[in-house]
Amino acid sequence: MEIVLVGLNHRTAPVEVRERVSFTAEQTRRAAEELRARGILEETLVLSTCNRSEVYGVPPESSHECAPGLSTFLSEFHSVRPDILNVSLYHHYDQEAVRHLFQVAAGLDSMLLGEAEILGQVREAYRFAHEQGATGPVLNRLFQGALEVGKRVRTETELGTRPMSVASAGVKLAERIFGKLNRRRALVLGAGTISEQVVSHLRDRGIAQLQVMNRSRDRAEELANQFGGKVVGWGEWDAALQSPDVVVSSVSAEEPVLGRDIVGRAMAARGNRALFLMDLGVPRNIDPRVGELYNVYVYNTDDLSEIVQQNRNAREDEIPRAQGIVDEHVTKFLSWQASVELVGLVDALRAKMREERASFIRARLEPMKHLTETDRAHVEKLMDEMLEKLLLEPAERLRGEKELRRKIQNVEALRDLFLSNREKP
Amino acid sequence: MNHLFPIFAATAYLLSFGLYVRFLGTGNRFTGRLGTLFLGLGLIGHYFALLDRSRGLHTVPYHDLYGSMSLFGWLLALTYLGLELYHRERSVAAFVLPFILVFFLAAHLAPADRLPPPPVHGMIFAFHVTLSILAYAAFALAFVLSLIFLGEERLLRSHKIGDVVWRLPPLELLDQMSRSSVLVGLISIAMGTALGFVSVDRLPGQNSFYDAKYVITLVVLALYVLYFRLARTTAWRGGRASKLCVFNFVIVVLSFTVVNLYLSHSHRYF
Repeated sequence: MEIVLVGLNHRTAPVEVRERVSFTAEQTRRAAEELRARGILEETLVLSTCNRSEVYGVPPESSHECAPGLSTFLSEFHSVRPDILNVSLYHHYDQEAVRHLFQVAAGLDSMLLGEAEILGQVREAYRFAHEQGATGPVLNRLFQGALEVGKRVRTETELGTRPMSVASAGVKLAERIFGKLNRRRALVLGAGTISEQVVSHLRDRGIAQLQVMNRSRDRAEELANQFGGKVVGWGEWDAALQSPDVVVSSVSAEEPVLGRDIVGRAMAARGNRALFLMDLGVPRNIDPRVGELYNVYVYNTDDLSEIVQQNRNAREDEIPRAQGIVDEHVTKFLSWQASVELVGLVDALRAKMREERASFIRARLEPMKHLTETDRAHVEKLMDEMLEKLLLEPAERLRGEKELRRKIQNVEALRDLFLSNREKP
Repeated sequence: MNHLFPIFAATAYLLSFGLYVRFLGTGNRFTGRLGTLFLGLGLIGHYFALLDRSRGLHTVPYHDLYGSMSLFGWLLALTYLGLELYHRERSVAAFVLPFILVFFLAAHLAPADRLPPPPVHGMIFAFHVTLSILAYAAFALAFVLSLIFLGEERLLRSHKIGDVVWRLPPLELLDQMSRSSVLVGLISIAMGTALGFVSVDRLPGQNSFYDAKYVITLVVLALYVLYFRLARTTAWRGGRASKLCVFNFVIVVLSFTVVNLYLSHSHRYF
């Protein structure tokens, strides 16, 4: 019941290799089928995201022996030369494979530390493999454990709570002022990439109304249509600033486009209702003196970048706690694995002893002609009882062993001492 | 007197405080829920402690200063819990619990005053006192919420976000919570004051309606009505309304201290 993992990720492979080794849903299904049909793996699960492609499996034989076959399979499946692929691939076995998956689910192995999407991707990969019948008891248990780790890390630590990009930090700050944004209105000045990113975050938060103002009306209309907003004519400040709660500005301008007088006038017209201004332009688009007005909050790129840096540090501080959760679940999984192996081992030992007993009785009782059938049955029964007793005590002791490492060592020692390779479960 | 309930309540409040502080630090929802659970248990223990104290002294809880303080603490906890459940926001609890604890412990660690019974008693008088103390508890809660608002707003405006701002409720919600709390206080003080006048009216003999306490209570009522109206306008909503709320509570404290101790002839501790 060993586990093998072969894969590559953003740390080991450049994007050119990663994109060649990624799996579509159809490829995932086909790879799982082929791996089992060829007898490389008994249970299979493919996890493929933009930053990683990993194959988890339970091999019929030793995991170390199956890994080269798995690498060759990946190379053939994606038509990537082995010399290109092999330098990017990593192989993990058993405990290390379990730990790796749990770290992935926790977001500890992600490009953006603690990102939330990976847990959904692990869940989806597991659901897909499970529906295809590609997983079995070991991978089911392993991935259920991984999902639990991911959930715990997200609820018990702050690894994924704080925004890590300037755009998301700005939107989160707006939420610190207004709470939920689903009844709020936003005005976006500029229609470039940065504006698009912020608008995307605002839309994710369910912003009620979106207005776009840009020097080029065509581009403004494009962005407005993309996110379901409406266009406001450039420079119509009094009308444009009357309703929004959040203003995002990212335009190319030598001088600030929003001066103190414009915002001051707008604030008077809107009865000093709170206004959050996100200035993402360089040079700045909003006069810093605007921040002196009552109920006006102005954040520029540097302010937001500093917050992002603070958040990055805070996330890194959470790594030991998240790692603690991973370790706890690795131990839990290995303990379960050892217990399952113990049951299999005891069954195999029992079968072997019964076989030995049968041949032993045949050889020894043959010359004893004076014994009746009842006597022979009695002797067999006594021997069975003795064998059960012999098996029961060490099995109970092993089951009750608290120290996991000792438990696994003892299970392995028992298996190596008493069973041949053919007989091993 | 039985010490079981005060010990139980103090333990529950302390645990609740610890859990709420941990919730503020970690954001762990389970810890927050446990904090609420222990606050609820503390409230139950506190209720029985008050009941036991009243039975022991054969009088109402607000008979002496310490009983009044304990009742104030209990009503503060009750108002806060109501607000937490209504607004589904528990990150301010860590700032409110110390007040509840101080009032509870100060009241229950001190010996009971042996004072003569007040000249007025009966159901209407009991409601008058209880509702007045509830109003002061609600105003105290609004005061704490306004202080948090002003602190958070200051941090946001100065761009010093740190760890704290991510944990506190949004400014808009703090504003709403403060208004809800003042609304509870306004209704209670209006009813309490009206019942107070009814009690005085029923007293035999000549009674003055011009006690300093009456005047300041009406001033407090007027100030909070003003706050409630202004806090709903866009021009005042936020920082200005919070400052007014803090100012109003200073008048409430003045009513409790200077007016009660030196100017009023007909009020003790409420």
